[in-house]
Amino acid sequence: MSRFITNFNKQTEGRQPRPSATLRARQDTKARRAFFIFTLLPVLLIIFITVALFFRSWPIISEYGLSDLLFGEIWKPNQGLFGFRPFILGTFWVTIVGVVLAVPACLLASIYLAEYAHNRTRSFAKPILDLLAAIPPVVYGVWGLVAIVPFVDDVLAPLSDRWLGSVSIFEVNQPTGFNILSAGIVLAVMIAPLIISVMYEIFSTVPNDLRHASLAVGATQWQTIRNIVLPQVGPGILAAIVLGASRALGETIAVLMVVGNIPQIPTTIFDSAYPLPALIANNYGEMMSIPLYDAALLSAALVLLLVILIFNILSIIVLQRMLRKK
Amino acid sequence: MSLFTKKHWQRRHLTETFMKFIMRVSLAIVASALGLILWIVIVRGFPSLSWDMVTKIPEGGYYMGKGGGILNAIIGSAYLATGGTLLAILFSVPIALYLKTYLGDSKWGQYVRLSLDVLWGIPSIVYGAFGFALMIILGMRASLLAGIIILAFIELPIMTRAMDEVIRRMPTDLEHAALALGSTKFEVALRVVTRQMLPGITTAILLGFGRGIGDAASVLFTAGYTDRIPSSLMNPTASLPLAVFFQLGSPYPEVQERGYAAALILTIIVLAVSLGSRWLSSRLNRYTVK
Repeated sequence: MSRFITNFNKQTEGRQPRPSATLRARQDTKARRAFFIFTLLPVLLIIFITVALFFRSWPIISEYGLSDLLFGEIWKPNQGLFGFRPFILGTFWVTIVGVVLAVPACLLASIYLAEYAHNRTRSFAKPILDLLAAIPPVVYGVWGLVAIVPFVDDVLAPLSDRWLGSVSIFEVNQPTGFNILSAGIVLAVMIAPLIISVMYEIFSTVPNDLRHASLAVGATQWQTIRNIVLPQVGPGILAAIVLGASRALGETIAVLMVVGNIPQIPTTIFDSAYPLPALIANNYGEMMSIPLYDAALLSAALVLLLVILIFNILSIIVLQRMLRKK
Repeated sequence: MSLFTKKHWQRRHLTETFMKFIMRVSLAIVASALGLILWIVIVRGFPSLSWDMVTKIPEGGYYMGKGGGILNAIIGSAYLATGGTLLAILFSVPIALYLKTYLGDSKWGQYVRLSLDVLWGIPSIVYGAFGFALMIILGMRASLLAGIIILAFIELPIMTRAMDEVIRRMPTDLEHAALALGSTKFEVALRVVTRQMLPGITTAILLGFGRGIGDAASVLFTAGYTDRIPSSLMNPTASLPLAVFFQLGSPYPEVQERGYAAALILTIIVLAVSLGSRWLSSRLNRYTVK
């Protein structure tokens, strides 16, 4: 008997003793709880960012009221005047120009990639889009500074002056290329990879049967896309655009380098502007020296955050729904 | 010849040809933007790129055109991005594992994914302002540590979602097989999913690193800028994007030229990381079960 036991021990030597099933189940429960705490982090982080910014900007919101801050036209921190209106309008102008320039090209490019392109073209386009997305904002800024600003100044502004000068939003009133259009062009290229990849994903949710049915009754491919595919993906396309817009809203360094940074209410795309993110980034150095200045800048960040949160949450919910259907 | 058959003069076929043409043009415009950016950065940056740039820290009067380089910014950026990425891995791997093994497509899983996507969309200037607010509350000053923490926040959603996307496409057979043999979900996560996740983790690390090293707006608030190489976590730190930004803002042409060179250095690093992640993930993919 004892011989058997020693043999048995010999066999199991060098092997770790296996923990019992209950022990492992308990370990599993513990791990589940630990993991759960980790997943709280992203949710808490969003709340925490909002609360921290709100907390730090409360002094100025309570003193001036939100509407005075948002709609006030004059920005003179030395005299205690903090009106965000020129900056908010600047942000919207720049974003809208960027989105308007980006969307048609992105829509067409993503339709092409999703519906027409060979696998070879796709595998060629994907790394290009990845690289475009990987280029840091400051490099986009350098590109804007060296290429886009002179291009707008020397080519687009005179052209527009000559042919479109009578339309008020195309009027040229300022002598430099540091304007909304330059920033819009840079932004359009920056948000293009995101918009294209989201739209591409959306197109792939449309079942192939529908396409085949349409092609089988003799429709051309474009007719199929226009009448069958596009109506299916409308909300998704809109969500992709909103997502791109919210990315453009918060872009800082690249825009800052080409937009001119003059706090005025822009009236044409050839005016300089001063978007909110640029305001925050440009003045971080002096914000502790003037009373309420830091609160004003952090409340600007809060406004930006809230707009972007709303845009993002809505568009991501739409996209999640559509992608899950697939 | 085929262009002249009757069929091609029908309006719908003309439209087809035309649409296809403008689609190709749009794609070409987007693709050529990349070429244009790289070309501009190389043409402007290359002439003033020198060995001194990458091996010396700024000497006295550097910002007036005297000698020196931006080694402080290169090292600073490397510290910041590496630190941020390491910190982000600690949190993103467990979250991605939990999403895969325990949550799947459950309600809470959707909320977590939604919040990660929302975090991804928050611009870095807001993270910077948040970091600044936090630093005032805690009484901290601009430092390497603050920069690393904020970059980790920025990289966390990117890395987690990148891993999540990779392991979501993983076949569930292995997982089911392991569960059928009686392993707990935790053991599946630890022994099966982590190994399958390896290419995802590498891609995520490089993606996060690339984002971290290029980010300017957040480190502006949290890491500050200095001419010295930081010797402790509490020192302020220079970073490459800010080196580009500040030098381009200088009135001295020599300094501006070096700003362009710094932009080229940054671009080379980011492109190398991006291409490297492609190559590495295609190599590592060979060892996972498809």
